[in-house]
Amino acid sequence: MDPLLEVNNLSVDYITMTGSVRAVDDVSFTINPEEILGLAGESGCGKSTIAYSLMRLHRPPALISEGQINLGGTDVLRLNTEELRKFRWEEMSMVFQSAMNCLNPVVRLDKQFFEIFKYHGITNNKKEAFERSAELMKIVDIAPERLRDYPHQFSGGMRQRAIIAMALALKPKLLILDEPTTALDTVVQREILQKIYELKQKFKFSILFITHDLSLMMEFCDTVAVMYAGKIVEMAPSKQILNSPRHPYTYGLKNSFPSLKGDVKYMEGIAGSPVSLSMLPKGCRFQDRCFNVTGECRRYEPQAGENKHNFVCCHNRLKEGKV
Amino acid sequence: MSDKTSRTPIFEAKNIVMDFKVQKSGGMFAGTTTLRALNDVSFEMYEGESLAVVGESGCGKSTLCRIAMRVHSPTEGKMTYNGMDVHNFDHKKDYTKYREKVQMIFQDPFSSLNPLHSIDYILSRPLKLYHGMKKKKEIDEKVNEIMETVGLIPAVEQKRKYPHQLSGGQKQRAFIGKVFAIGADVIFADEPTSMLDVSIRLGVLNLLNKMKFENKKSFLYITHDIATARYFSERIIVLYCGHMVEWGDVNKVVIDPIHPYTQLLISAAPDPERETLAELKEKGRAEIQQWSPDSKGCPFAPRCLKATDICYKHFPEAVEVGEGRFVRCNHI
Repeated sequence: MDPLLEVNNLSVDYITMTGSVRAVDDVSFTINPEEILGLAGESGCGKSTIAYSLMRLHRPPALISEGQINLGGTDVLRLNTEELRKFRWEEMSMVFQSAMNCLNPVVRLDKQFFEIFKYHGITNNKKEAFERSAELMKIVDIAPERLRDYPHQFSGGMRQRAIIAMALALKPKLLILDEPTTALDTVVQREILQKIYELKQKFKFSILFITHDLSLMMEFCDTVAVMYAGKIVEMAPSKQILNSPRHPYTYGLKNSFPSLKGDVKYMEGIAGSPVSLSMLPKGCRFQDRCFNVTGECRRYEPQAGENKHNFVCCHNRLKEGKV
Repeated sequence: MSDKTSRTPIFEAKNIVMDFKVQKSGGMFAGTTTLRALNDVSFEMYEGESLAVVGESGCGKSTLCRIAMRVHSPTEGKMTYNGMDVHNFDHKKDYTKYREKVQMIFQDPFSSLNPLHSIDYILSRPLKLYHGMKKKKEIDEKVNEIMETVGLIPAVEQKRKYPHQLSGGQKQRAFIGKVFAIGADVIFADEPTSMLDVSIRLGVLNLLNKMKFENKKSFLYITHDIATARYFSERIIVLYCGHMVEWGDVNKVVIDPIHPYTQLLISAAPDPERETLAELKEKGRAEIQQWSPDSKGCPFAPRCLKATDICYKHFPEAVEVGEGRFVRCNHI
């Protein structure tokens, strides 16, 4: 099966006064049609930077310095401004972190929907746009009458659902969810994820799901990629990540979430604090926090294999999830 | 649990009711209405134990902390620390004592430390103020000791830093160090880890756990993450809309929840071991509910699967279903 999205050797730099910082370093991965890929990692590891590059939303000082992004035959990095405007939302759409605040507070919802349809040349007729929007609101379980309301009249969860409805307005092939539920309560978070899952089954799009909550990701995603300091250190089907993580970082991350079942065990988490991207050590980036570190790790940076859908970057990978 | 009931609690809340006057919707002159943020909340805290309070945003978790910190006085009921009424001290000295012994850890370590002072200053000041230490050497040694306890090593180097030079996890550790320096016995931790990176959350929680066991501190752990509540606490209170709906031993409540709201919370919590997406045990949408002194029935009824006519009319009383375990539901 041909992958829907192919990312090759993507690198993103932030140019600062004191030199450039490489926030995403030589990242390659693929997403298959109808797959949910989860991107996990702690804050500042480059998860959102990847998502922004896929949509080409970066502005200086961020710069995509190397790599290729290919979505269903379109070379995303070669699109000109007009093509890019069409490409966004029609081929790929994104729900941002704290998306609740993405709605324009002084414009009624129906007009915000109308603008999507107008600028993508779907319809210029307000009545038709309203009918289409009503349809979309229904699929996210909001009464169509509420389209006449302003964003502040909705609760946080409803606003988030309205944003998801907007993201699906033009039936994109790939939906990027950047921490879509972080600001919400557990129950509301669950409702929204369930809705997204149902919609995915119905409309058959792929999802790139970004979060730091690994246990949520295991449940929701088919494949999980774990990032650390600008690199994807391990990528594998979620079952494999859950049962036999190979990278010590994945192992540590997995051990940072106490379970709801079974006995309460002492858990370690991960020692130390995240490494600064401007002071990367020679060799493996995880060396200072790793319990499995050897001399080799301090000299050479581990490389990923050829397979872009299942790989691990580590010199001393764990066997069958054991330390 | 039987021996636990015979122990004396270090901190106690009895039938706390908290009313707020809020503006009615409909303009400036619409008048005010009363919102009952907490209704009949009681709990005891013991030495070397942690009590978790879970619930969704707006359920009154933080109001509870604010009352204990004397930001608000409760409308009814009282809180006592070692037998002293927290909101009505006899002497000024008691109040000073209270401030020394009862402290709070905040959610956001980025704004809870004074950015103008070094960690050394932040930690040594309580030693001077509360413990009357005067010799520089003595203070230095104590600060180093605290820094090492909270895992900020090497202490000599780290204490010269200012808050902005530390990462989020280190800041929270420094703040915990401050609470430690003051010498608090009862600590109200309001979501102490939710602003931190996932990989260091557990480290901070383990530090609190160590303080709990080794220094016999007593914690009120406020969280919305039921899994860490189980990891860190002995007992749990599930709060819904200002009401305690289920409380008791944490393992029993999490493994075998009885109240429909607890069941809903647990079905919604992420669990990697789950094969398929979980079924939510809920009727209707989650809307934020408001409780007023004249509200009738069970607060959870509009969302409850088991709700019958009685739930809309009759306010459920707490029923003891096991040793020290209570549920507030009409269908027990």
